[in-house]
Formats: sequence, structure tokens, C-alpha cells
Amino acid sequence: MTTAAPLLAMTGIEKSFPGVRALRGVDLELAAGEVLALLGENGAGKSTLIKVLGGAHAADAGGLAINGRPVSFRSPHDARAAGIAVIHQEFTLVPGLTPPENIFLGQETTRAGFVARGEERRRAAALFRRLGVTIDLDATCSRLSTAQQQLVEIAKALAFEPRIIVMDEPTAALTPAEVGRLFEIIRELKARGIAVIYVSHRLEEIFTIADRVAVLRDGRNVGGQPIDRIDRAGLIALMVGRELADEYPRRQTVIGRTRLAVRSLCRGRAVRDVSFEVRAGEILALAGLVGAGRTETLRLIFGADRRDSGEILLDGRRLDIRSPRDAIAAGIGLLTEDRKLEGLVLGQSVRENFALPNLGRLSRLGFVDAGRERQAFGRHVDQLRIKVPHQEERARNLSGGNQQKVVLAKWLERNCEVLFFDEPTRGIDVGARHEIYLLMNDLAARGKAIVMVSSELPEVLGMADRILVLHDGRVTGDITNGPGVTQEHVMQLAVA
Amino acid sequence: MTASLRRLVSDYGMLAVLLLLGLVFSGLTLEEQSSTDAAAARRVAAAIRRDCPERPRVLVAVRGTPEDGLFADALRRELDGVGAEVVDVVRGEPQAARAALEKLAQAGGRLDAVAATQTTGSWLVFSELASDFPMLGGPRVVVPTSHHWPNFLTSDNLLNIANQIAVIAIMAIGMTMVIITGGIDLSVGSLAALSAVLAARLIRDQAGGLEASAGGMFVACATAIVICGLVGGLSGALITLCGIPPFIVTLAMMLVASGLAYIASAGQSIYQIPESFVWLGRGSDLFGLPNAVVLMLVLYGLAHILMSRTTLGRYLYAVGGNREAARLSGVPVRRVLLFAYVASGLLAGLGGVIMASQLKSGSPTYGTMYELYVIAAVVVGGTALAGGEGKILGTLIGAFIIAVIQNGMNLTNVESYTQKVVLGLVILGAVLVDRLRHR
Repeated sequence: MTTAAPLLAMTGIEKSFPGVRALRGVDLELAAGEVLALLGENGAGKSTLIKVLGGAHAADAGGLAINGRPVSFRSPHDARAAGIAVIHQEFTLVPGLTPPENIFLGQETTRAGFVARGEERRRAAALFRRLGVTIDLDATCSRLSTAQQQLVEIAKALAFEPRIIVMDEPTAALTPAEVGRLFEIIRELKARGIAVIYVSHRLEEIFTIADRVAVLRDGRNVGGQPIDRIDRAGLIALMVGRELADEYPRRQTVIGRTRLAVRSLCRGRAVRDVSFEVRAGEILALAGLVGAGRTETLRLIFGADRRDSGEILLDGRRLDIRSPRDAIAAGIGLLTEDRKLEGLVLGQSVRENFALPNLGRLSRLGFVDAGRERQAFGRHVDQLRIKVPHQEERARNLSGGNQQKVVLAKWLERNCEVLFFDEPTRGIDVGARHEIYLLMNDLAARGKAIVMVSSELPEVLGMADRILVLHDGRVTGDITNGPGVTQEHVMQLAVA
Repeated sequence: MTASLRRLVSDYGMLAVLLLLGLVFSGLTLEEQSSTDAAAARRVAAAIRRDCPERPRVLVAVRGTPEDGLFADALRRELDGVGAEVVDVVRGEPQAARAALEKLAQAGGRLDAVAATQTTGSWLVFSELASDFPMLGGPRVVVPTSHHWPNFLTSDNLLNIANQIAVIAIMAIGMTMVIITGGIDLSVGSLAALSAVLAARLIRDQAGGLEASAGGMFVACATAIVICGLVGGLSGALITLCGIPPFIVTLAMMLVASGLAYIASAGQSIYQIPESFVWLGRGSDLFGLPNAVVLMLVLYGLAHILMSRTTLGRYLYAVGGNREAARLSGVPVRRVLLFAYVASGLLAGLGGVIMASQLKSGSPTYGTMYELYVIAAVVVGGTALAGGEGKILGTLIGAFIIAVIQNGMNLTNVESYTQKVVLGLVILGAVLVDRLRHR
């Protein structure tokens, strides 16, 4: 029991949106210099809690206190003034501006009405130096890599000497080396008395960096304890409210003949002479660092980008794929890396999203058969256990896991023979992940050929039959998965 | 059930604004209506039949105005219809009525009723009929009852509103589709001018001018419309293949089309067009509805079905909502965009043809600034300029809102320069209301 007030105390926070009670009385405490890991399924209320803390939403009920003093935020500006910085999962950088401009956006240093660019530049350089990284201060952020953009975000958060930093899935797009550096930065922040709320689905990271862990489930905090008093299984149990027997479901693999064969695919420097094969009933994982060319390879095969050279054969037949339409007609489906930007039309209903690639089959003479459409979607809603109040719900209102299921339903309806999953469980909670793994296994069991891009090595090792490792656009390894294959093994090939 | 009701209200909420405007202008134009129409005549005849004995003998008394003359004819017809005998018709001044009454009194025989207007019925000569002309047997003076009705809501006025807005409304169909895909088409006004000029010129030079046949006129109009569709296609091609923003492409096309219209007409209005050409723009064959209005309603019906029930409609919304996601789902994005701009061009061409028909001539000055009114109709109707959402019928409501405001201001004698200011403010207000509702 501490006699001094904690740095941050959230008591009884409630927040509802139309149709959803996101937070039902959350209590959370944070001490100075502490790293608190915040876990929870999507839909459990994590993002909402962070938005309340960051001032983007006003809570319906409950209170916030900093160092014992009650505060209320009416805007992110207030939160920032109170010393709370939030680094969101989706970057808030303006692509056309440089790092210093982004860091000081909204709080520019001015002299007599003019922006003091030199001073901003100097301060930005100092921030990056403290972070131990070099960033081109004159490049527009659109030209920086995802990892570099992340560092700009962190610098932006640090620019105003915050007391609390919230990091939402900070390592999603970082290499292990970059993750290591991020952890060093976090430890340094701790030493300076800054508290960090670390939101992540990556349990190994949490055990590495966090002091305490809080778990949100169904809008409540169901467990706040020191990290050394709980283990991985215990955390998962807290998050889903049940024991998960297998994190990666086992399956019987029956591998058939070659379905998809790719030969000498090339596109500039992103994809250089990539060749591989995928067989029926097989899950092939594409592993590698960010920028190795995995997504680019899939996009080339799918016709989303134009290839410079190379052949694509399906069941031995050469395909001339020049656009996604061609690939889809041939029976290939792609679940994109970023479902919000590329996988869904967020403003439309889930039913319409589901129907989009399937309208040919769901319509007659150009007229959409509404009854058939509703029935077809209803079948998938049941089979995939998609949680929607009704079929007209706008896609943007769904949680990440359910959105992914809608995207999957799109392709399942088409009966694709080859399915590409690009980071299928990114930003999705443990429970929904498990369901998606089961679905992938089921598809493989039915003889489909599956290619999965994943940046999570445990996932790669847990799900794949074969692993293709890419580095800098080239294939550096084609391994058959088995008990002897380790994460280090794959990582070595990935950094070759 | 309530979810779909709520969506209906949200999609067509501007209907409430339209009805409110209708109510306001009805209130402002409430007036005593002069009852000298056929319905009034019927009522007078019915009253006479009810209150007078078998085969009543009736004197009709009206003023010398043409309107009253028509009323007298109507009265005559109605009275014949109810079995009355019209013994005389007075058209003119009270003295004529006095003379007629004296003549009747002398000839003997009774007079059962005097059918008059509200004005003539109150002539002094009719005020003491029983005592002044006892031989006539005490005829009653029967006039139509007065009623109050807003000038705004008369069928003439409502049809006038519809007719005024028909051209803009039709062009707004294409604009709605383009805006839903996230684009814009600034060339529609100039295309209408080009179409009017081309149609007129083809009629004058190729179809025989004033002697042109219906077939010739049809071909001329069809050609003009198709050419506009091709220009739209060119815009669409530049947008999809060269990646130039729609704003720039259609702005350039606006200037090009306008220039071409002036060239093709040598800057003059082309008027050597047969009278029969005005059938589309001024005729009204179906239940008294103007032909242009009928065409407008038919096209809106078809467009609504296209947007809400067909694959192409879904594709239009998807392309506007998230073009990349649509592309990666196999939507033929380029073809869909091309369709939208071709449709916009065709409908603009149709608008020009209707204008030429309304004014029986083709001039390059037609359609000036129309693109702004068309866009206003689309936006007021609830379609977001960002694309991805919006209803065709909403645009119809938006067009009517604009037309109602203009008409209402005319009826209430608002000065025309002030009208422009008011229209602009109302458009802002309507969109603001819409934004607030969606917040």
C-alpha cells in the first residue's frame, strides 16, 4: 500500500457508443517509472481506454487523477498539457511533412510569427540522438520506412517531456533489432521516472519489458499484477476467460500435388527472382524482415502490381495475370496486410463488402439478388462466427477480428483454390486469432493452397508446413517445418 | 425494423426540409382564389339543380373579360348537363343585365336563377330582384363560394416548378454518379450548350430546317447527345488512364466544349427549327404533366434501380468508398469510372436538347453556370462530395428544394438579386443541417 498517490489513477471509467458498452467501470493505477502492459482482446476496450486517457474521448462516468489531483480532458491538447503522450497504432504523421515539422505540429516554435525552423531542427536532432537513431531530418515522412516513422512518433511523444507515454502496438512493424532498441529507450524512460503503458499482443515482449500487467476483458480490468507472478498461459487465460489448450491448433497435414508455381518473379528491387511452389493442403509461410519483399511478392502474383518478369502457373497452366480481376477469376484470393485501407470499404455495410467480389454469382442480368446475398452472407456469419448486430452494420464499426472475418468470408464465398493471407492476425486478439488459425487449417484440409505472410515467428513456426524466407527481395531459404526448426534458424536466414 | 426506418430517415432527411419549405411558401402565398374555373361552374350548376324546381330557367351573367367568358361557357355546359335551360347570357356591364332582365320580364315566363361570378353577383341590379322584377317569380342569385388556397400549391404552379427544374434534375443524375465515385464533372453546363447548338444546327442544316421531319429531329438530337457522351468518355479516359484529377480534366473540358459550342453556332442563336420540336420541352401529353417532367421521373426511376439494385451500382459506391479495396476485390475500377463520366456527358447532352426544345433554338449561352446548380442539387440532396455515399432520389429532392426556393421567392416578389443571395445561403444551411444530422 503506497501512501503517496499514484502517478495515474483511473477509477470506474465507463464509456458507451451506440450499441456498444466499451468500458464498464475500469480501474487502473500507474506508478512513476513503471512499465504497465495493457492486454486484452479487441473489443475488450483497450483502444477506448487509451482514447479516454489521451483526451480523444470523454468518459461517460468515472474519474482520472494525476498525482492525486483530479483532471478532466476535453481534448487531446488537455491530455498533452497534463503530461500524457499517446503513440497510436496507426501513425498520425503527415506524410508530406518532414520529421521536425511533424514533431512540432500544432506546437510550433515561433519567433515573431515565423516558425523557427532551425531551432526545431536542432531540437529534433537532439531527440533522435537521445533515442540513439539517425533519421534524415529533411526527408518527408512518406519516404521513411515504417520503423523510422515509428521513431518519429516516439520523438514526437517525447518532445514535450511527458510523464506518461502510452504505446499502442509499437513493435508491429519493427525488426527484432529495432524492438531491442525500443526496449532500451523504454528502460531509459523508466530511469527518468516516466511511466509507460505498453499495449501489445506479443506476450514474449511483455514478459521482457513490463513490470506489471493489466488485462481488460469485456470492458473491465480483470487482473492487475506484477509480471513475475503470472505466466503466459495465465495471461491468455485472463484475456479470454478460458484456458486455451493449443495456441496454434494442430492438424493432420495431407499434402497433395503442386497447385501454385511461381518462377523468377521480378519487380525492380523489391522482388528479385523469386520462385517457389505451393501444394494442395499446404500452408507456406513467407518469413522475413519488414521490407524483404513478402507482401510485394504476393501482390505481384495477385496482379495488384505489375511484374517486370516471371511466370505464374496454377495447376500447371500458365496464367496471364495483369490485374486483380484476372487473379480472382483464376481462383486466387488475397487478404491484404491492411484490412482497413485495402480490404474493406469501411463506409459500406458488411453485407455489401462481402458481396463485392462475388456479385457475379449473386446477381442475375446485372441485378443483385438481395435474398441470395443475404442468405450467403448469413451462412458465413454463422460458420465464421462473425459478431455483427445485423447485416447492414457498417464495416468500420466492427472490431479488428470481425473485420478480418468479413474479409475472409469474401474469399471463401468465391471458393478460391489459392489463398494469400498477409499478416492475418495483426491487431487481432488471442481468441479471434485462434479461430482464424482453425479456419486456415480447415481450408488446408480441404485441399486449398495457402500462403501466409507473417512477422511473428511463433506464428510462422506454429502454423506453417513449409517456410520460405526472404531477404532483400530474394529467397534465402526454403525450409520444411518440423520440431528441429527454431526461431533463430529462420531469423538467421532472414538477416542473411 | 427500426434500424431500416432510421436509415430511411437518414438517407432522405432532406425531404423534411423540402416539405418545410413547401409549408412556409404555402403560408406566405395564401390568398383568396378567384373561383371562375370549371370546378366552380360545376358547383354553381349543382347548387341551382339542388335548390330550383324541374328544368330551371337560368340567366348567366359575367363580365366581358376572357376569363369570365370561359367561365360563362363552362357554366353553360354544366347547366345543360343538369337539365337547366339557359335563357340568356350577359357578358358585359350591369346595364346589359338590366336590359336582359327587362326583356325576359316582358316576354313573360319565369326566371329561376341567375348564375353569376362573385363580382357580377353583387351587382346592384341583382340585389332586389323580387321587388324590381316581380314577373320573373323571384329568381335566386347563385355564385361560387369563395375559398382560400396558397398560390404556391396550385397545380399550375407545382407543374411549373417541376418543369423549371427538369433540365437541372436530369443532369444531376449523372453528376450524382460521378460524385459518388469521388469525382466531379464541371463540364456539364458547357456540354448542354454544345448539345443544344449541335442539335439545332443538325436540324437546320441536315434535317431540313423548318421542314424537318420528326425522324430527322430525333436523329439530330440523338447525335448531339452521343457526342456529349463521347466528350464525357474522353474526360473519363483522361482521368482513369492519365491519372489527372477530375476537377482539372472537366474544368478543361468545360472550356473546350463551350468554345466548340460558340464555333459551331458562330456565336448566334440557331432558330430555324420547326414548331413541332417543342413537343419535348413544352408539350404535356400524359395527364397534363409536362413531357420533360415525365422524362425526368422515368430517368430517376431507372437511375434509382441502377444504383440500388444492380452490380454496377454497387461498384460505383465501392469505387467511391475505397478505390484500392475495390480494385483488390476485382472491381473493374477504370470501366466503372468511365461509365460514370459517359453517363454524365450523355445526360448533360439530353439536358441541352430539352433546353433547345423549350426555347425552340440552340444557343451557346445556354447552360451557363448550370454545373453549379447541378452540383448544388446533388450536395443538398445528401450526397457527400468525398464520395462513397448518396442516394439518387436524394438528388431529386435537392433539385426540388432549389426549385421551390426560387419559385417561392418569385411568388413572394423577392427581388432577383436578393434571390441569388438567399439561394446560396439556403444551400449552405441545407448542407449544414445534413452534416449535423450525421454527426
